[in-house]
Amino acid sequence: MINNMHNALVPPADTAVWGVPMAFVYILITCAGICLFAYILYRRLVPLFRAAPDQRVDRIGARIGKVLQIWLGQWRQPRYLLAGMIHIFIFAGFVLLGARSLQLILIGFWDGAALPGLGGQTGAAYNLVKDYAATWVFIACVIAAVRRGVFRPARYQAPPALGKDHLGEALLVPGLICALVVSESLFEASLQMAQARAGAAVSAPPLTLLWAGRALMGGLGLPVLQAVNSVSYFVHEVVFFFFLCFLPLGKHFHVLTSLFNVFFMRLHPGKVKPVRYGVDEDRLDDLPEFGVSKLEHFTWKHILDFYTCADCGRCSDRCPANRVKRPLSPRFFTIKARDRVYAKYPLWGKAMEARQALVGGIYGEDEIWSCTTCGACEQECPLGIEYIDKIVDLRRGLVDQGRVPQSLQKPLGALEKRGNPWGKSQRIRADWAKELADEFAVIVTSEKEPVDTLYFVGSVSSYDDRMQRIAQATARVLRHAGVEFGVLGKAESDSGHEVRRFGEESLFLALRDANTEAILNSGAARIVTADPHDYNALKNDYRGIPPVMHLSQLLSRKIVQNEFALERGEYTGKTVVYHDPCYLGRHNGLYDEPRRVIDAIPGLRRVEMVGNCRDRSFCCGGGGLALFYEPEEEQRIGVVRVGMAREAGAEVIVTACPFCLANIEDALKIAGLDQEMEVIDLMELVERHLPQGGQGRRDAKG
Amino acid sequence: MNMEILVCVKKVPDPAENEIVVSRDGSDIERDDLVYSVNEWDNYAVEEAIQLVEEHGGSVTVVSVGDEESDEIIRRELAMGADAGNLLDDEAFHYSDGRGVAAILAHAARRGSYDLILTGAQAEDAAAQVGGMLAAMLDVPYASLVVRVRVMDGKKLKIAREIDGGNLEINEIDLPCALSIQTGINEPRYVGIRGIRKTASVQVPVLGAAQLGVDPATVGEAGAKVRKLDYFVPEMGEGAEILQGSREEMADQLIARLKGRGVIQ
Repeated sequence: MINNMHNALVPPADTAVWGVPMAFVYILITCAGICLFAYILYRRLVPLFRAAPDQRVDRIGARIGKVLQIWLGQWRQPRYLLAGMIHIFIFAGFVLLGARSLQLILIGFWDGAALPGLGGQTGAAYNLVKDYAATWVFIACVIAAVRRGVFRPARYQAPPALGKDHLGEALLVPGLICALVVSESLFEASLQMAQARAGAAVSAPPLTLLWAGRALMGGLGLPVLQAVNSVSYFVHEVVFFFFLCFLPLGKHFHVLTSLFNVFFMRLHPGKVKPVRYGVDEDRLDDLPEFGVSKLEHFTWKHILDFYTCADCGRCSDRCPANRVKRPLSPRFFTIKARDRVYAKYPLWGKAMEARQALVGGIYGEDEIWSCTTCGACEQECPLGIEYIDKIVDLRRGLVDQGRVPQSLQKPLGALEKRGNPWGKSQRIRADWAKELADEFAVIVTSEKEPVDTLYFVGSVSSYDDRMQRIAQATARVLRHAGVEFGVLGKAESDSGHEVRRFGEESLFLALRDANTEAILNSGAARIVTADPHDYNALKNDYRGIPPVMHLSQLLSRKIVQNEFALERGEYTGKTVVYHDPCYLGRHNGLYDEPRRVIDAIPGLRRVEMVGNCRDRSFCCGGGGLALFYEPEEEQRIGVVRVGMAREAGAEVIVTACPFCLANIEDALKIAGLDQEMEVIDLMELVERHLPQGGQGRRDAKG
Repeated sequence: MNMEILVCVKKVPDPAENEIVVSRDGSDIERDDLVYSVNEWDNYAVEEAIQLVEEHGGSVTVVSVGDEESDEIIRRELAMGADAGNLLDDEAFHYSDGRGVAAILAHAARRGSYDLILTGAQAEDAAAQVGGMLAAMLDVPYASLVVRVRVMDGKKLKIAREIDGGNLEINEIDLPCALSIQTGINEPRYVGIRGIRKTASVQVPVLGAAQLGVDPATVGEAGAKVRKLDYFVPEMGEGAEILQGSREEMADQLIARLKGRGVIQ
């Protein structure tokens, strides 16, 4: 329709103002816009090239999958329903209207320009779709602006200490988008009106902006239509290039970077990046420094993350540290870094050289130690921005400079000397098994006494009085399930899971090497553990050891195969809720296995903390070294969590992690809920519902 | 001004990482399964020295009276930022009493020209006596339990000492002087395996009685005037009371008792 009878009005390329041909002006605007845009992009690319290396081109298929799901499919958007739906409509409109915008730019100096593939019937279909797309984009932008400007959801507010709320930009951009779609519609509507006057059969799809534009212009004379046509074209042209060059200046840079950011996103939850890509572990000591202490120590993907943040606040909304007012907000973690990148690499003018290191400058030490590495922020981010690797890298930098809180120095020293954070003797590491001496002997493996299955107990379950009961329950359950197993005893060291995540890479490597040797010496063909942190370490941080399973996986498998059954017992009739440990759920995708084990117990009523379960589970407060660190906070993270469990109507919180148990047990006491609710580890729960008299015990070797 | 600082450090069994058990005959503690670390107070002293040198220039030298294994703690202090370290080891030094240790350190101190000598306020396994004796032997002014150090016009220090109830007493002291450092004066930096590995190639010189010019008869077991006789674990006493009841009841009982003794009004 656009090309038919386009000469009903003078097309933009043929108009002239004060004798100046507008085609010339439009070429000028286009060239200037493109040059400016290219220059801005170039300036924005400079920091990426100065940044540390990264490796993001592995598993191309999986990356394309992420792009299709998270970028094109907007998979994570509806997790926040209203904002998500508004975004989906605007995003879809952008994708659809891109071709039309390009065509409009071209006809400014090339009358009748059409994009290849958009002629004939395809073109007519495209026009129909784009007219509706422009309309829904307009409506979505109006709703977005009203939502941000009038209703002002709390999620977008910014504490003055952290930064600005970007409300101005949040209103300007919907305004620009509206200007684009309205000007495009008026341009076309005026042309159609003129064509109709000339006797052509033109129609506007009902209830579109185009349709409304035509209704508004009913009865206008040709000169007015011509003016509307020319002016709306000019407005579209100017707004388009202004918008294009405005995008890389603020939070709407994501319009351009999101595709790349999602393509390059982290594919290995549970893993931590190496100290420096391309440097082997045995050459780490040659590195002059570890971790991140200045901007350029971040990898290029991490800088791209900073650019890509849309300031939507979902990360901070889900962040347990932020919830209890620890001095950490993932959102501002990113925005502060972006502001620093922009200040140090300005588009023009003098660079602001930062006088202070990142930590001490834009970040506080407490901020960096406040993260529990639960991964909720990364799970939520619709743009594939990551946090854990950056936090770990910043901690590596602090550790390397000796800037470690006193409360963490003791356990780190003890881990170095004793292989556990409490400094207890290695000789008593398997003492928890003494309790079982009357029932059976727990084998401590050695080269003389190899076992098929190795139970990796972990530090907290080996030494902590309360958590030893998890180890004892696990041993009983394994034995009942017919799994012959052994433990490493004094040869076992802490898995180092939190040591690595708290930035002490060298100590982690030492612990890993000691454990790897002990595990290989045991001759085991597989490893089981009841501790998700150890599970994650053995699975994702260690190499060259036998496969590892969490107990919930092992039991779930046996339940499915009818090799393991549970009976009514102590908890029959109770309402239980399962708390997903971060390192079992989000980091390793084990959501159904532990639930299946709980559901195998007859007579339990299991409820969910709806909205706060599975990949939206809310951290208990953190494990390992996090137990030793006392950040500033308004309340314990665990207290928030038990409140959620109470709201779900649970009497019993079941978890599958000793640290969750420790934190939630404390939280119940602090919240004064310990009389009405209790928390129990999955292994303890199973132990109390084992069939009596040895039924269900199979002679299968697991 | 440049500050030349000597810090005296000691290797001790760390009570946080050991279960200290008295040996059967009571003459010592069981040492089979012990791990050792730098005496906690000494770490604060080294950190303070490093910070002073970072601010005013100069250098930090660390010395330790100990055995071969004390080499490791000296490396740890080098990794922290000390510039040099000496191990003072000689068979003649073994089983020195406090005065003997102070004498050995005094000889080491006289080998250089130090503006400031720091010790920890005490060692986890000893009697908080060496700092004062060392100062007396060197005939320099001494302040103990120091929790703050400020350098004034190059010749003097302004120091704060901790007195009863956490109160501070501010003193002026002439350089050169000796100070014993209390914990809490700073936040000692962390030293990890990587830091220590970086110092692996550094040779820590070992100085014996001959190099130091110490008369073997005046130190060690031969010169000791105080001898350890016995270690024992005190009997568990009576008198502790465990409050019973719900949380509120226990709190009420506690308040009643505190009021009864006039602790609260």
